[in-house]
Amino acid sequence: MPQSGGSPNADEIASLYRIVLYIALVIFVLVEGALGYALWKFRARKGAVAAQIRGNTRLEVGWTVGAAVILVVLAVLTFIKLSSIQNPSESGPNGQHLVGSNGVLYASAERKLPPSGKALKITVIGRQYLWQYVYPGAAEADGLGAPYAYEQMVVPTETTVSLDIVSSDVVHSWWIPELGGKFQAVPGYHNYTWFKISKPGVYRGQCANLCGRGHARMIADVKAVPPAQFEAWLAYQKTLIAEANADAKAARAKLGKQIGAGQVENP
Amino acid sequence: MATYAPPVPQIVTHRAESAKPQGWTSWFTTTDHKRIGILYMVTTFVFFLLGGTEALMMRLQLGAPDNTLVTPQVYNQLFTMHGTTMVFLFVVPMMAGLANYFVPLMIGARDMAFPRLNAMSYWLLLAGGIVFYASVFWNPPEAGWTSYAPLSNSFFSPGGGQDAWIYLIHLTGLSSILGAINLYATIANMRAAGMSWGRLPLFVWAILTYSVLIIFAMPVIAGAVTMLLTDRHFGTHFFDPTNGGSALLWQHLFWFFGHPEVYIMILPGFGVVSEILPVFARKPIFGYKAIAASTVAIAFLGFLTWAHHMFATPIPEAILIFVMLSSFLIAVPTGVKIFNWIATLWRGTVEFKTPLLFCAGFISLFIIGGISGVFLAVFPVDWQLNETYFVVAHIHFVLMGGSVFTIFAAIYYWFPKVTGRMLSEGLGKVSFWLMFWGFLITFLIQHVMGLDGMPRRVYEYDNVGHLALYNQISTVGSFILALGVLVTVLNVARSVKSGVIAGPDPWKANTLEWFTTSPPPANNFDVVPRVRSVEPMKDIRREVERRTAAPGADSGGATVPAGAMQVGV
Repeated sequence: MPQSGGSPNADEIASLYRIVLYIALVIFVLVEGALGYALWKFRARKGAVAAQIRGNTRLEVGWTVGAAVILVVLAVLTFIKLSSIQNPSESGPNGQHLVGSNGVLYASAERKLPPSGKALKITVIGRQYLWQYVYPGAAEADGLGAPYAYEQMVVPTETTVSLDIVSSDVVHSWWIPELGGKFQAVPGYHNYTWFKISKPGVYRGQCANLCGRGHARMIADVKAVPPAQFEAWLAYQKTLIAEANADAKAARAKLGKQIGAGQVENP
Repeated sequence: MATYAPPVPQIVTHRAESAKPQGWTSWFTTTDHKRIGILYMVTTFVFFLLGGTEALMMRLQLGAPDNTLVTPQVYNQLFTMHGTTMVFLFVVPMMAGLANYFVPLMIGARDMAFPRLNAMSYWLLLAGGIVFYASVFWNPPEAGWTSYAPLSNSFFSPGGGQDAWIYLIHLTGLSSILGAINLYATIANMRAAGMSWGRLPLFVWAILTYSVLIIFAMPVIAGAVTMLLTDRHFGTHFFDPTNGGSALLWQHLFWFFGHPEVYIMILPGFGVVSEILPVFARKPIFGYKAIAASTVAIAFLGFLTWAHHMFATPIPEAILIFVMLSSFLIAVPTGVKIFNWIATLWRGTVEFKTPLLFCAGFISLFIIGGISGVFLAVFPVDWQLNETYFVVAHIHFVLMGGSVFTIFAAIYYWFPKVTGRMLSEGLGKVSFWLMFWGFLITFLIQHVMGLDGMPRRVYEYDNVGHLALYNQISTVGSFILALGVLVTVLNVARSVKSGVIAGPDPWKANTLEWFTTSPPPANNFDVVPRVRSVEPMKDIRREVERRTAAPGADSGGATVPAGAMQVGV
């Protein structure tokens, strides 16, 4: 079974997998059984004569149609499941209280949202060999100054989280197995997925598309905490970033006074 | 007694060119399709052993979690070399080698349509292999056999290995295109009298389709790697998103070639199985027309499904659905083939010779690979499975359990024709069982590794769950598999000089390549018999038996008592 248990879409994928698996097992047993039976039963023995049969149109049409019917059934089952996998559900009553959609880096019509349109929108940026998460709440009008984190994404429980997956360099692939499928981060494109976590905890994953020598170490975590705790974390993250920015500004000012400062701009 | 005695068919080689002592340099100048075929097969098998060694090094690295046997850089180079070697330097050209040797013989031709072009195809292939492997001494490529842009551009992969990879695609691609044109022209124009399309051996049908697929698919990858080359060195930005290019375009171009490539690798294998099963079941192939038609259907549908390698990319939902359905559709003709093969065995008298074992092993493994392919075609399920060891398992079930097992079946089946000597059955069976169980131990468990969340192309992993144990099992299996391959290598080395003399038709087979000596003379046939069915050799044997009225005549294959007349033309 694919991993599940973190988010409804992962659970739905696992249940679709289970359906495909049961159908596949039946076909596997029947076909391998027929092969094994034919090999054993009709092995060359003394006095055995091979029947000189060249075909049987009815039989051949039968198994062609049979195979097609099984696949039609599979397609129908997939379509039934599809909406619950792709379309985000609403946040729970105990989820994060969300206001509007202001402050996200990018707005898009392709992004799937719950019917109310409310979701916590996080931008996931893949870069060699680190994941960056940008949260809504930009300090400036042009979208800059938004709080962000690396490697571990902290999210509130019972809240629909909508991810906008982008890349700053090569192709990466976002994957937290228990929270649903993979979505490539392709530079120049936006890719969207979602999850909603009910149980607090840490959900582990890693980059799933070869991105260079550090690919195997490009890990990603999603840590789900109750909404109040999330608010506190986000506020703390903002102060940390503000402090770091202030320090950097001071350092830059100091460097700017030194002779030949341009040479150390990109060490 | 002036009554007319109809001629009895027999192999006539009195006008064959005498075997002039030829120096080893003649291998460089030969235009004989059989010698070129041997060059192809030996060369590609050497690359198979190289690619296999790379695979074993990877399995050793993964044998323990957090292993430090090789560096991440070397590991990336290993899987890039392994994948590229197996696809471009082993399976595709090995099929070309088999086709080179056997297509003219099977259709009753004396050579390929363009013998010198044929030699050029081989030398281009060898040049591609040498250019690619030369990079081992500098910087081997490390962007995977798929070489996704922008990772493969000059900023992220500055090493010359990436260029070596591009030149390999150019050279082997040109080799394949020229070879395919040659095979197509040969099959279309040089068939024996009476060999209508409906009497074409199924292996030849498969090679015809393989040729068409190559002619349509290879130019696309040739164009794509040329664009990559100009991106890398001449300032274009086809795949460079920072300058208005599209990183996704590479994936589309690569897989538009890459998916038909899968069928380029497996369809000839299907053809081999369709030839071997009837011979060892002593029964005609079941549903000849259905098998030939499904080959063509698979080839056509193969061009409509490339985006199923791209389910995780940003791509409109309508395309996801279309590609899922077209991928499902391919399962139908593939299933039809499997059913027909089982029906061919049904009520036959199955002789468990090594070629048959490899074919039966192939079918049983390919069923698993086909079914896991249906999982991957369901795109929401694929979102969880793609880029994991589940996919690694799937491609090895269809390419190793699939194509490679059919190549081994072909080696055991046709070795007597090529060398005039039999391979050892005992060693053959040992080789088969080692390869079969080694394969299952290596790759079955990889489905579980993928479901447990292990991505492919990682040089190390944390020991979560049972990943360490699963990987150890897989590593042990890979060495059993390698041992099985080694037994066949030994078998071949031993039998070339000292195998039992085979005679022209040791298996009592159905097709025309057995109606000549083993190995065949330079011109293949002095006299090509008229073809009256899909099994011309069976007709000939029956004819010989009837005319000579000697009950034992059948036992010697097609050779008949001295004094019998040659077949009329």
